[in-house]
Amino acid sequence: MCRALILAPPLLWLALFVAAPLAILGAIALSEPAAGIPPFASPLAWDGGWPRWQGTLASLAALVEDPLYAEAALRALRVAAVTGALCLAIAYPMALCIARARPERRPLLLLLVLLPFWTGFLLRMSAWIGLLRDEGWINGVLQGLGLTQAPLPLLYSEAALMLGMVHSYLPFAVLPLFATLSRLDPALEEAAAALGARPAMAFWTVTLPLSLPGAAAGFLLAFIPAAGEFVIPELLGPPEAQLIGRVLWAEFFQNRDWPLAAALALALLAVLVLPILLFQRLEVRR
Amino acid sequence: MAPGEFLALLGGSGSGKSTLLRLVAGFEMPDAGRVLLDGADLAPLPPHRRPVGMVFQGYALFPHLTVFDNVAYGLRRDGAARAEIARRVAEALALVGLERLDRRRPHQLSGGQRQRVALVRALVRRPRVMLLDEPLAALDAGLRERTGLELRAIQRATGAAFVMVTHDQAEALALADRVAVLDQGRLAQLGTPVALYERPATRFVAGFLGAANVLEGRAAGGVIACAAAGCTLRPAETPPEGPVATALRPERIRVLPPGAAAPAENGLAGTVTERAFRGESWLLVVRAGGGQALRVVLPAGAAPPAAQTPVALAWDAASVVVLAG
Repeated sequence: MCRALILAPPLLWLALFVAAPLAILGAIALSEPAAGIPPFASPLAWDGGWPRWQGTLASLAALVEDPLYAEAALRALRVAAVTGALCLAIAYPMALCIARARPERRPLLLLLVLLPFWTGFLLRMSAWIGLLRDEGWINGVLQGLGLTQAPLPLLYSEAALMLGMVHSYLPFAVLPLFATLSRLDPALEEAAAALGARPAMAFWTVTLPLSLPGAAAGFLLAFIPAAGEFVIPELLGPPEAQLIGRVLWAEFFQNRDWPLAAALALALLAVLVLPILLFQRLEVRR
Repeated sequence: MAPGEFLALLGGSGSGKSTLLRLVAGFEMPDAGRVLLDGADLAPLPPHRRPVGMVFQGYALFPHLTVFDNVAYGLRRDGAARAEIARRVAEALALVGLERLDRRRPHQLSGGQRQRVALVRALVRRPRVMLLDEPLAALDAGLRERTGLELRAIQRATGAAFVMVTHDQAEALALADRVAVLDQGRLAQLGTPVALYERPATRFVAGFLGAANVLEGRAAGGVIACAAAGCTLRPAETPPEGPVATALRPERIRVLPPGAAAPAENGLAGTVTERAFRGESWLLVVRAGGGQALRVVLPAGAAPPAAQTPVALAWDAASVVVLAG
């Protein structure tokens, strides 16, 4: 009784905001596109009280048949993997420094990591446009100093895309790493030193392996949102790079093919659930 | 410190005993002074190049490595050959009876087993000095005594010099060849357990080891007039003239039969204020005529006087130890 009461709110939450939207998404993905509002026909029709199947697997089949979608998905996964790896590479030393800092300084350092969240996400991305565009600050300074004659094509490039991605998702990688590293007993590295390990060796054989769960969590927390990211590629990325998020957006808003967009969303979800399951198995094994 | 010696650093919290150990290990740097090993200064050596082994408080076993890999860690850093590592780790684990648990992880071991893994992990490299930071503190009382004796047997067997930090005076007295009592970062006294117990040099040592009664008074002509306790002390050796403090062990005080008068010297009359049974002994708190409370310990077999009864106490001259400070 008491158990049921405690479990009810989270279950209700999951039903309302996870299970129900997923079911709706699945229904849309199986439906026939139609002209009208909403722009699809329900996969089940009602004939005198009896349900009749009128859905189609055409949208799901289109995902496989048209190489555009697989390419966009692969490109998105590649961009997300690079984002995750870059975030991890930058976040690890940051988290290590914060974890090793004097305890009274840690809250301030963590606050600095979280500071970007105090500004709107779109504002931060727009700021990059202001810095990187042809008449922007960076090109202005470079030309003013006579280092370059013509403006460098900084904006709408792969580099600008990665810059925006890493800037946005870096804090997500820092926090789980910090949580793991700050929980490690400092006596462990001292024990390694007392057993003859140089500092670099002590880090490599003790701290690094013990921080792997935090590193995996940090990578995934950057990788997963980056894989479906739409706004950053749109604002900063090269126009020819069709990432899965942009394709999804185009199918939904421009082509108004809701069933195809829903099928894409489900496919993306399935691809992203895979690394999460992998990570959880890793956690259970430890 | 002599080779193969077992030295205990004894002190309360904040006495600097752990800091001293960390100085020898190289985790702290001395502001002044030197750490000498066979006449050579250890100061320029970083921790990983010092020929010392350390057992940490809480053991600091590597949680991601098996017992075997924990013990092999130091040998691998020294670049030992694979076969030699396997042989020496097996030897070390056999020494503490853990040879069948070598595939386990630290969290699958009991507290006593972890302590032994931490011990042989440091010992397997054959360090010249072993540093042990409260090696028994994390064990429960029953296990502590047995593990302590095992520790000393292993120390004798390996011949390494052991430096053990502890706050437990019974542990220090029972295990060590010599005990160094630290008081607020200073060495209060260094000596064998018996010497320390029988002839404490300072009030702190007398109070810390076995909670001796400290009687203060003024010495003149070989006797000490102690106003607070309302008695006259005559120590075996002549005390220096002027104000002195003396230590009197609770178990060296005799309770005289009812009706007997206290002797004029080395005795007093008082009232029992507290009586507590401690299993192997009785603890009495006696308020002396001058107002000072004295602790008296009687063997459990004796019939102790009841609380709130008058009592006469006496002791031998040899039991009165004149303190230096």
